[in-house]
Amino acid sequence: MPMPSAVTLTVNGAEVSVPQGATVAAAVAMAGQPCRVSVSGSPRGPLCGMGICFECRVRIDGRSHCRSCQILCEPGMDVKTDE
Amino acid sequence: MNKDCTSPFDVLVVGGGPAGMAAAMRAAECGMNVGIVDDNARLGGQIWRAAVSSDSHDKEAAKWQSLFGAASVTTLCGKRVFHQSEPGVLWAEGSDDLIALRYKNLILATGARERFLPFPGWTLPNVMGAGGLQAMVKSGLPIAGKSVVVAGTGPLLLAVAAYLRQQGAAIPIVCEQAPWSALLRFAGSLVKWPAKIAQTFRLKKEMAGTPFVANSWPVAAQGQGAIESVTISRGGSLETIPCDYLACGFHLVANIELPSLLGCEIRGGYVNVDEFQQTSLPGIFCAGEPTGIGGVEVSLVEGEIAGLAGAGAKSQAQRLFKKRAKLRNFAGALDRAFALRSELRSLASPQTLICRCEDVSYARVEEHTSWRSAKLHTRCGMGPCQGRICGPVTEFLFQWSPESVRPPIFPSRLKSLGAATAKAPEPVVVTRSSVKPRPLGMGM
Repeated sequence: MPMPSAVTLTVNGAEVSVPQGATVAAAVAMAGQPCRVSVSGSPRGPLCGMGICFECRVRIDGRSHCRSCQILCEPGMDVKTDE
Repeated sequence: MNKDCTSPFDVLVVGGGPAGMAAAMRAAECGMNVGIVDDNARLGGQIWRAAVSSDSHDKEAAKWQSLFGAASVTTLCGKRVFHQSEPGVLWAEGSDDLIALRYKNLILATGARERFLPFPGWTLPNVMGAGGLQAMVKSGLPIAGKSVVVAGTGPLLLAVAAYLRQQGAAIPIVCEQAPWSALLRFAGSLVKWPAKIAQTFRLKKEMAGTPFVANSWPVAAQGQGAIESVTISRGGSLETIPCDYLACGFHLVANIELPSLLGCEIRGGYVNVDEFQQTSLPGIFCAGEPTGIGGVEVSLVEGEIAGLAGAGAKSQAQRLFKKRAKLRNFAGALDRAFALRSELRSLASPQTLICRCEDVSYARVEEHTSWRSAKLHTRCGMGPCQGRICGPVTEFLFQWSPESVRPPIFPSRLKSLGAATAKAPEPVVVTRSSVKPRPLGMGM
């Protein structure tokens, strides 16, 4: 089976390449970043992996509160974990 | 394939896991105009979630995928149902669009989620659900060379551990909270379900060399910025194990928010259905985990029955009753074997967060006597997950029962809410995407 082709996007300005079909949550993890900071200031990453817990929410191309585990990476996406 | 969503579907299925796919396929085979809508980017649900880079091939998933592919079903993925404005009209939101989905008969196959329990450090990044981490790995998270402690309860733990190992992770230990006595009773009862025995033997072979311990559970996770180690209770003593991830889930909780919103009768946390999988509301059916946690086989047969009954093919549905009865007994055996032990109620410290959305601590929640009071005074359960994580937690810790569900059942854009709640809904643009699902359970 051929290797899936890569998709390149940016997470907090740094380029990350992921296999096609990977979710934004996977890209954020590969960039070594937590997804968000909680209301009392602690870093958070994905918990449920299926769009229920909202811990993985990030900003994608300026759009807030995107659940990164439910969204597939697209070339050139601009992902920010500053929420 | 371009069907107009403004004309009603004969049968609309909400949820594209095994139960929903089986229901949609059977209804379509009866000549119905069928739609299926799912929040995820692809069909398959959690269990048949397609892997990004794997040549593993789930035969059962492939079989159903091909059956489903042969049926004519309008597939709407990445759309989250959040509201019913009037009987027969559901509203779903995608990343850029809003759809009014009209239906004559409705089949709810909303699946289940993992139950999480709080312990100090459970909010650290890389502490995930067992199914949660598996989903992340299938979605492209590299796990080769990482050390993953798997803990919690339920048959999912072994399956997840085997999958992660296959993907190159090191699994130092699998901790199951249930006592050996309950597990042995469960293992003994498997003789009634030969397919389950085969699965168990396969898992056992794949897990050779990984310690599986019963009577064992996580008591704390430690780390700076992310988990670095987990302390487990094992046979009465504590042990700290370094790890990169903790995959931890305490069996499953049925997703009953949408059935509750519609007014379906709920009993003991599950949707009450008749022998044709019909809920207390005529024309609204429910199949799979929301009617009782029983796994993929019973979900499939319930889905088939609901699909046939929803299409009016009652005698065909009846032929599957016997098969379903046998498989449903398995659900009861699961509940008994993996019942949560009371020690798990005392894991949280006063500072441990119960509500992860609003950062509400155990000490603050504990002051209250009901879910409603805690919500009003502490904002517990008021964040974006709408209590889906902390609701089952407080149910276990304090025996609180959730109050009635109100729309929207998921956070939605104001514009969507406005359109969905308007007296006379404005015509909406239907953006059609991913009409044909991608193959399941195999690399793409």
